[in-house]
This record gives sequence, C-alpha cells and structure tokens, in this order.
Amino acid sequence: MTYSEKVLDHYENPRNAGSFGKDEEGVATGMVGAPACGDVMKLQIKVGKDGVIEDAKFKTYGCGSAIASSSLVTEWVKGKTLDQALEIRNTQIAEELALPPVKIHCSILAEDAIKAAVADYRKKRDGAEG
Amino acid sequence: MAALVYFDHNATTPIDPAVREAMLPWLSERFGNASSRHEYGRQAHAAIAEARARVAAAIGAHATEIIFTGGGSEADNLFIKGAAARMAAGALAVSAIEHPAVIEAAEQLARRGWRLLRLAVDGEGRVDEAAYRQTLSAGPRLVSVMLANNETGVLQDVAALAGMARARGAVFHTDGVQALGRTAIDFRSLNVHALSLSAHKIGGPQGVGALVLDKRVEIEPLIAGGGQERGLRSGTENVAAIVGFGVACELAAGRLAEESSRLCALRQRLEEGLRAIGATLFGGGAERLPNTVCFAIPGFDGETLVGHMDRAGFALGSGSACSSAHPEPSHVLKAMGVSDASARGALRVSLGAGNTREEIDAFLTALRSTTMELKRWTALAV
Amino acid sequence: MLKLPVYLDYSATTPVDPRVVEKMIPYLGEKFGNPASRSHSYGWQAEAAVEEAREEVARLFNADPKEFVWTSGATESDNLAIKGAAHFHAGRGRHLVTVKTEHKAVLDTCRELERQGFEVSYLDVGENGLLDLDVFRAALRPDTTVVSVMFVNNEIGVIQPIAEIGEICREKGILFHVDATQATGKVLIDLSTLKIDLMSITAHKVYGPKGIGALYVRRRPRARIEAQMHGGGHERGLRSGTLATHQIVGMGEAFRLARLEMGTENERVRMLRDRLLDGISSIEHVYVNGDITHRVPHNLNVSFAYVEGESMLMAVTDLAVSSGSACTSASLEPSYVLRALGRDDELAHSSIRFTLGRFTTEEEIDFAVKLLHEKIGRLRELSPLWEMVREGVDLNTVQWAAH
Repeated sequence: MTYSEKVLDHYENPRNAGSFGKDEEGVATGMVGAPACGDVMKLQIKVGKDGVIEDAKFKTYGCGSAIASSSLVTEWVKGKTLDQALEIRNTQIAEELALPPVKIHCSILAEDAIKAAVADYRKKRDGAEG
Repeated sequence: MAALVYFDHNATTPIDPAVREAMLPWLSERFGNASSRHEYGRQAHAAIAEARARVAAAIGAHATEIIFTGGGSEADNLFIKGAAARMAAGALAVSAIEHPAVIEAAEQLARRGWRLLRLAVDGEGRVDEAAYRQTLSAGPRLVSVMLANNETGVLQDVAALAGMARARGAVFHTDGVQALGRTAIDFRSLNVHALSLSAHKIGGPQGVGALVLDKRVEIEPLIAGGGQERGLRSGTENVAAIVGFGVACELAAGRLAEESSRLCALRQRLEEGLRAIGATLFGGGAERLPNTVCFAIPGFDGETLVGHMDRAGFALGSGSACSSAHPEPSHVLKAMGVSDASARGALRVSLGAGNTREEIDAFLTALRSTTMELKRWTALAV
Repeated sequence: MLKLPVYLDYSATTPVDPRVVEKMIPYLGEKFGNPASRSHSYGWQAEAAVEEAREEVARLFNADPKEFVWTSGATESDNLAIKGAAHFHAGRGRHLVTVKTEHKAVLDTCRELERQGFEVSYLDVGENGLLDLDVFRAALRPDTTVVSVMFVNNEIGVIQPIAEIGEICREKGILFHVDATQATGKVLIDLSTLKIDLMSITAHKVYGPKGIGALYVRRRPRARIEAQMHGGGHERGLRSGTLATHQIVGMGEAFRLARLEMGTENERVRMLRDRLLDGISSIEHVYVNGDITHRVPHNLNVSFAYVEGESMLMAVTDLAVSSGSACTSASLEPSYVLRALGRDDELAHSSIRFTLGRFTTEEEIDFAVKLLHEKIGRLRELSPLWEMVREGVDLNTVQWAAH
C-alpha cells in the first residue's frame, strides 16, 4: 500500500488528536464505525454560543487513511457553522488526501463522524431547551 | 570436463552474463517475497513489474497480458487445459509435430471427453493447408500450432492459420518457445489468443516462462492458492528468474536482426558441408529458424554419432532434448513421412550466441573423420 | 550498524544463504546444460547435479531420493498432491478432509475440487490453533480418500499432531498429505517413522532460492497420484517441464545446510524469539496467538489490542513484518487463521507476525522491542477504543453504529 504525502503527514503529525473534558460546555461527540470492521472514529466538536464550531478533536482506531481523514476534518470543521460543517462531503476529503479507491470508505466514515457529532450536539441542545 | 563446443541451443542455452548479473542481487540482498507489503516485498514487486514490461515489449504485447509460469511446458498446459476447462467438451486440433507439452496436454483432454484431431504436416514439416481447412470444418474449439519446431526449426505461417481458425470461432494457441529471440514475434500481428514462451532458450534462466494471453479468453488456473498472476498462476514469484527473463527478452529483441543473419550464414556453411558428406536435411526446403539443422547421414545411427561427437568435443542433440529419454524415433520426423530407419539417424545442430565459423568448420572435419572411422570399424567387423 | 528495515518476516521468504548462492553460480554459468539432454556431457553434468540435490533433500527427511518429484514450489506441490490424489482415487470415494487454517494453496485447491463434484470437510481448530484428534476422527468417512493437514501453520507457527493423524489415516487406508513448507528445517521430520504419504516442501523458506520445491511421494506403501502437468515425461511422468538446474542445486545445498545446522540454529533463534516475547510482554493487552509450546521456535504472532493492524504496520515500517500471511496481506480482510482460533475481529485486525531466522541478531530484536513500545503507545493514545477501555467501558456492551 502506498500512501499519499498528505496521508503520511496527517498520520505522522495528527492535528487535534485527543479528547475534550466530559463536562466541557458545548462539546458533542460523534462515534462511528466498529472494531470488527477495522475502524472506529470519534470526532468531538466544541460549539460556541454563536453556533460556530470553535474547536474539534478526534481519536481514531483504524488505518492510516482513517487517521488522516479524521485529522483533516478536525481542521476543516473549525470556524464553520454546523450547517456549513454538514456540507463537507467525503469526496472532498478523498480528493484532498488522494485516497485510493480501497480507502474511500475512510472518507465516508469521516463525513459520517461529522454528521454524528452535529446530531449529538443538536440532540443535547434540543434536550436542554425542551 | 573439457569445454565442448555447444551446438544444442534448442535444448537450453548458456545464461547471458548480463542476465546473470541482473539476477544475482535477487539471490542475495533483495530477497523479499513480492507479496509482502514491506520494503523488501515492494522491491520485488516492482522488479517483477519491470520484467513484465520488458517481456511484453519484446513481443509487442501489453504487460497485463503476460502471465509468468515455471516454464514453457507449464504455459502450454495452462492454456490448453485452462481454456478447455471453461468450455464444453468438443474437438481440439493440434499439429502432429507439437512439443510433447502440447500433445500430452491435448491427450489428457481426450481422456476427459474431448475429441483430439491431429493436424497433418507435409514432407517439409509444414502444416498442410488443405488438411488444415478440412480439420477446421470439423469445428474444433481449440487449435494449437507451434511457431517453430524444436527439432527441425521449421516455421509455420501461424498468422494465416490463426486467422482461418478464428474465422470459424476457434481459440488459437501457439507455442513460441523456440521462436522467441530467433525470429521476430509480434503478438498482435500473429493474431493468436495465446502464446507460450520460455526464458532458457534465449539466454535466460531455466525455471521461468510465460503465457501471453488475450484477456478476452477466459481460462482456469492450473495452480491455485495465493492468487498471484491475476489468480491464474499461484505460488511465490520466482523473482530472480523473472528478472532474468525480462533482461534476456530485451537483449534478444535488440540483437535479433543482427544475430539471425549471423546464424543464418553459419547454418548455410554448415549445410553445405553436410551435403558434401552426403547428409539428408530434414525440413530443408521449408522456411526455418536461422539456427537449426536437423539431418541424418545415411547408414549411421543418430545415438551412436552424438556419442562419438560428444567425445570429439561437440555437444549436439538427437531428437528433442525433452523427449530424448524416449528411444522411439522422433514423432516430428515420423509425421513428415520420414522412415523409422532414417529418423533413427537424426541429429540436431542448434546454434546460438557463442558459436563461430571456426566451430562449424571444426565440427564438419570431426564429423567427416568420425563417419570414416565408424565405417572402417564396420568394414572390419564384416 | 543496523540495516533498516529489520527483516523479521522469515516465514514469508528467507534470504538465500550465501553458501547456497555460491553453489548455484556455476549452474548459472559454465554448467548450463539441460538435465534432460541425453546426448552430451552438458546434459549429463546437469543431471548428476540434479540427482545429487535430490539425495540431499531426501537425507533431511530420512527418505529415498526416488520419492521426491521436483516442482516450482510448495503451491504447485500442494496442487499436485491434492488434485492428483483425489483424481487418482476418485473411483474409491470423493471426500477429502482438511483444516480451516491451511494455506490458501490447499484451501483453494480443495475449493476447485468441490466445483468438480468432490466433497471437502474443513475442520475447526481449537483456540490454540491445534487440530483435535477426536474432531479429526469423527470427520473421516468410508468414502474419504485424502486428508491434508499442514505440519506447521504459516501465521501462528503451531505444530499439528502429524504423527497421530498419520497413524489414523494409515489404519483407515486414507492418503495423508502434509504441507511441510513452514516445518522444514524447524521440526525434525523423519519419514521413515511418520506415516505421511505426500509432503509438499519448498526451498525459499529454508534459505534456498524461490521457484523450486518438491513433492514427496511415498513408495512403500506406494502413494499413487495423477500428474497435473504433462509433456516430456520428466520426473517419472509426474511433473513435466525442463528442470531448473541452478535452483535445484540451490535447494539441495539449502537442505543439506538445514540438516547440519538446524539443531543449533533453532536453539539460537528460540532464544531470540523469547527475548522478543519478554521484551513486549510489558506492553499491556498483548496476546500471543496460537499455542506457545507446540510451536516452531522462530514464530511469534501477537495481537496488540486496540490498535488497528494496518496503521500499526505503517508505524513500524522500520520492521519488515507481516500482518496476516504474506499471500493474503494485500487484502484488507482480517486473517482467516486468527478468526479460526476464535479471536474476535478486532484482535485479528491488530496482529503482527514476527518470524526470525538465521541472520537475526540480538541487536535487531532489541531495536524491535524498543520501537514497538514507542509506536504502540502512540497509536493507543490515538485510539478511542483504548480510551474507553481505560475508562472501564466493556467494548462488547457498546452498540456500534453499523457501517
């Protein structure tokens, strides 16, 4: 398997790896994938009062492309509104990282992770309001 | 052992020093398994890809059409049995002068319900066109005719034969083991579906060959397990030999024009000398490989003569190397209508890279004196 | 000075021993004859070399040279043995027995026979990777003609109870084929006592060249098989095709060296393997796959839980190791061998096979241990599974999103 320069860079120097404190204000978590399939991605977003994603962190169990995909989306979602974040498509991720066809599922997983995190945030917010 | 003059290049050839040099790193520090994903494996994988491209370039094929095998016989078996496995049993036609690898693979199919049709050849060893057309009308699904015969060097007009077979919907295979490096081969213009090749007849190593396969023809593998060579030939790749094969093909293709005219001149000189001794040339009237002469000297047994010639310092073949374990006279000469008695006298000189004019002359002198000596003994015995 | 990457993949292939190369070189040079050439000394010389090599191969197994047929390698040998025996004895029965953890060369061959109308039982192994003899006995039927069980597993290195299986097969008149690819030079194989009828071997796992192997075909009692490659009648009609003299000579020398040196070599390699195991034992949640006692000395297959296999291989590019078997590691599937042990997929995904050999040094092992500590730690820091385990979550209770 040969990896693109960008995948290797994210793999070697993951951006925003880690977790937020459990009770931090405005934090939502999206966890997608399954150990049996060989990849699990946890994406956390921290949303400000204005509905803009202030910060993001990830942890990923998976191949280099999965790690790179999640590392990349933590950079991309920062500064975006939730709706803007939802516009990120897996094809953009795959293109940016030059993923080979067998690794496209990693970019799909990253897109799913964004959706799951946003959904979690909205659920929590709606729960708080309701 | 005294260094013999080697005149048996259709049996095997010395490895070209450049081929050996190219192989050696793959027998030492670059030892990876081409299926491994680490650096050692990737190196091996890349080397095989390069060799594949070289083999393909030498015969005008696409690299993805090359399936590396353990040799020419395996390539023949792979195609004939592999293609048949994907078809309903029917008729198959092979020429009467094919290499045993083709004939016996075909006979194996015959035991499994196929009808085996043998294509007759004329007195010069060429597939007889009228007989061929008639055989085709029986509707064989598979046809195999070799490019050049290993014993006589006689060439077939494979492009024309393949065209006729294809027009009737048959799948056409040709064994190009002896032709490679000795006559130009272009996979596209040959118009065949499959072509068998071997490395060790062109200065490459023993133990590697290839089947060149038009991908529109589906075949079953002979050797399963592991999925190498697009699933058509499993087993850890013989990296060193494959690398050697690639280099040998490139060298042979580059030298072809020059080498074949050089060998042709040597052969002519040899044939003139042989005629002067009273030798009969088999297939002498046909178009042949530039390096092969098959002949007999009336009254002399072939086995006896090769033994004497070996002691005189010349290594030549009697019949084909592959079948010389069999004492029967050559099936090739028999198919050409040569009498058993005459066929038993057959000797083969097959020239190659190292051979010189001086060697030809020395050989003729030695042959002349050997026959005279043998005659004297016979006379004494009487 | 350490040469990187450190090669710890001797079960995928071994370097050719320089002494073997030395012996091969004349056959890539002036001794170039075709052993089938009966008409001149080049041919006779090549034939003599081939027969000498055959004797060396036979000697390693205490067998008769006439019982060995040259092939292009173990994959071809497995195909020849299993298809050849199944077809030859098809009149007696059409049932075969093998094991789920066999090499693909055996499994794919069995699948092909199934397509031809044969029936094959694929037996489970225990979680130690070993075949249970009661399970084996129960699988045999009156129409069973061929049994194929590997001597040593290529991924986890466990040694199957070949002697016992052989006794059972002989008693029932069933042909017993053994793929001994990974056992050669590692385990003493005495064919005068073992009831093996057919045995596949190869040179390139024993410091010989690639592209050459052999099939042992017992003469007394005679194991009968049908040829799979026709034309020319080489190898007593069992396997046609020009013999690759230099490769055969290399295999003979490699097997001679194995016979002379395996005793001391295996002890040295075992010490290094144990040093490696000791070194990584202090990493948490490391699991050895396969029985550790019934095992060849050079193999260590471990799963590093909560770290994914491919990212782990990326992290350890300074080690040439494999996850899964060399032949299947191009696919993203977790190893079918580990799955057959009942390892869950997650652990199967995170396995590394270390296989040591003749040229492995203590320095290399220490380097590997240090590197693994570093890299596994880093990947676990990145792993959400590790985090959850740290927090006390039982991963089996987690409802994973379908993907």
